[in-house]
Amino acid sequence: MPTLVYVEDHEGEPVKGSLGVLSKAARLGDEVAAVLCGSGVEKLADEVGRHGAARVLVADDAALEAPLPQPRVDVLARLIESEGFDTVLFGASVLTADVAAALASRLDAGLNWDLVDLESRDGELVGKRPALQDSVIVEVGWKRAPRLALIRSGTFEPAETGGSAEVAKIPVEIEDWSQQAVMLEQAHEESEGPSIEDADVIVAGGRGLGKPENFSLAEDLAKALGGAVAATRAVVDAGWYPYASQVGQTGKTVAPKLYIALGISGAIQHKVGMQSSGTIVAINKDPNAPIFEYSDLGVVGDVHEIVPKLTELVRQQKGS
Amino acid sequence: MKILVCVKEVPDASAPMRIDPQTFRLDRSVPGALNEFDTHAIEEALRVKEGSGEGEVVALLMGPPRAADSLRKALALGADRVVHVAEDSLAGSDLLATTKVLAAAAERESPDLVLFGQQGSDSDGAVLCASVADRVRLPLISQAASLELSDGKAKVKRQTEYGYDVIEAPLPCVIAVSDAINEPRYPSLKGIMGAKKKTQETLTISDLSISADEVGEGGSATEVYALGEPPPRGESRRIEDNGDAAQAILQYLTEKKLL
Repeated sequence: MPTLVYVEDHEGEPVKGSLGVLSKAARLGDEVAAVLCGSGVEKLADEVGRHGAARVLVADDAALEAPLPQPRVDVLARLIESEGFDTVLFGASVLTADVAAALASRLDAGLNWDLVDLESRDGELVGKRPALQDSVIVEVGWKRAPRLALIRSGTFEPAETGGSAEVAKIPVEIEDWSQQAVMLEQAHEESEGPSIEDADVIVAGGRGLGKPENFSLAEDLAKALGGAVAATRAVVDAGWYPYASQVGQTGKTVAPKLYIALGISGAIQHKVGMQSSGTIVAINKDPNAPIFEYSDLGVVGDVHEIVPKLTELVRQQKGS
Repeated sequence: MKILVCVKEVPDASAPMRIDPQTFRLDRSVPGALNEFDTHAIEEALRVKEGSGEGEVVALLMGPPRAADSLRKALALGADRVVHVAEDSLAGSDLLATTKVLAAAAERESPDLVLFGQQGSDSDGAVLCASVADRVRLPLISQAASLELSDGKAKVKRQTEYGYDVIEAPLPCVIAVSDAINEPRYPSLKGIMGAKKKTQETLTISDLSISADEVGEGGSATEVYALGEPPPRGESRRIEDNGDAAQAILQYLTEKKLL
C-alpha cells in the first residue's frame, strides 16, 4: 500500500498534526512518502523526513504560496495518479478538508473524515470514526483505491524516527479555474505561545469566568503550565475571546495531555471538541454541570477562588 | 442573481440519534429537520437578494420524499423555489455519490452563486462544498464568516485556525458559510402561508442523467464495517472545595506527572 501523507505548513514550519499523521503512517509499516505544497517549503523536507517519510515530494512554487485548496488539488491529483499512491492521508484542518474533499471528486475516490485511528487489518485499511457526538465508534473502509482520509486534529503525536528521506521536486501545473480564488489578506497568529492544536496543556474558559477580563485567570494558569488558552463557543460568540481559540463542534478539536476547564458547563457541542484529551480537570461551581460526567478530576468550587491559588502553587513547584 | 443553496435534512435535534445496527446507516425514521447550519446559508442568500433588490433563491435538497418538510421550511424562510432530488435509491450515498447528484442538479440550474452550510449536524463533515465545487469546476471558498458581493466578485472572510483570511473569487463560485456569518431569521406567518404557493420541483436521478449504480451504497467508494463503543474513560475523582482544592489539584497533577 504505497501511502502519501500531505504535510501542511504554516509560517515556515510543518504543522504538528501532519507530522503526527506521517508518524502513524510509518508505524503502519507501509512505504510512506510525504508531500509538501507551498512556496519556499523545500527547506522543510529534512524535518519531514525525520518523521518517517522514505521520500519527500516537494511542490515548491509561488502559485502555492497562499493556503488555498484548489491549486493543491491540481498538483496532488497529478501526483497520486502518476505515482499510483493508493492511500492518501491528511491531518484535518480548514485547508486540508477542502483539499481532500475536492480530490475525492477529482479522482472518483472515497473519503472518510474525522478519523481517530487507522489500522491495517489483513492488508485492508480500516479507519475509526466517532459518530453521534462521539457516543459510537464507526469502523469505516474504502471499496477501492485511492483511499482518502482526514484524521481528526491532535490524534497522533509526531515521533522522530531519525531517518532521512530522499527529496524530489514534483511538477506544479495549475489549471486556470483553480486559480480564480485569490488571497487578498492572509491571517497571522493572533496569540502568542503555543497554539491550541500544538499545546500539551490547554486551559479553557467558559461563561463561568463571569466577564471577559477574567480570562486573565485562564491566561495566567496556562502561562504557569506552559500551555495555551482555549474558549467555549458561548464566550467566543459573546466576543470575550477570539474564534481561533474556540474548541467544540464548530471550532477546533483538541487532544492535549492535560485539559483544564474553568467555568465550563460542558455541553455536548464542547465535549466533542476536547474529550480525547489525556486528562480532563474541571472546575465549576455547579455540581450538576455535565462536564463532571467526563472529567478525570471534577472540582466543585469557585474558579475565582481556586485558580489564582493553583497558579501560584504551580509557579512555586515549577520554580523549585 | 440566482443563488442556489444546498441544504440537507438531518434528524431533529430533539430526537435521539441512533445508527441502525443492520444497515450501519443513521436511523432517519425519527422526525427530521432542516440542518441548522444550512439555515445560515439560506439567511445569507436572502440577505444578498434583499440587499440588491432582485434575484432568486433556490434551495436544493437530496433526500427521501419525507424531507419535503425541510424544504417547506426553506420556502417559509424566504426561498423562492425548491428543487428536491428524491429517490429511495439515494439512501446510503457517501460523499462521492452525493457530490455527483448535487453537482448535476447545480449545473442544471447554472446559478451565479452556490451556498452551503459549513457542515451537516449529523455527519459533522465539512466536505461537500469542496467536492461539489471541484466537480462543477468553480472557485471555492469555505468557512465564510462574512460575504460581500460587488462587481461580479465575492469577497469572503474565511475563518481558519489562525484567524481570518480575506479571499476573493469571481462569480459564479461555491461558498460554504460558517454559522458565525449571521443570525438566521424565523419563518414568519406570512412566509409559512406563502410557502404553499411556491414551486416545489421533484427530480429523479434519471432527470439528471445519473444511473442508479452511481448512487446509494453501490455508487459509494466508502463503506462501514462495524459499530463499536468508544473506549471508556478511567475512574473519575470528585472533590468539593473547602479552601484546599488548589492544593488537591496540584497533588493530582503531580501524581499524574503532568507538571
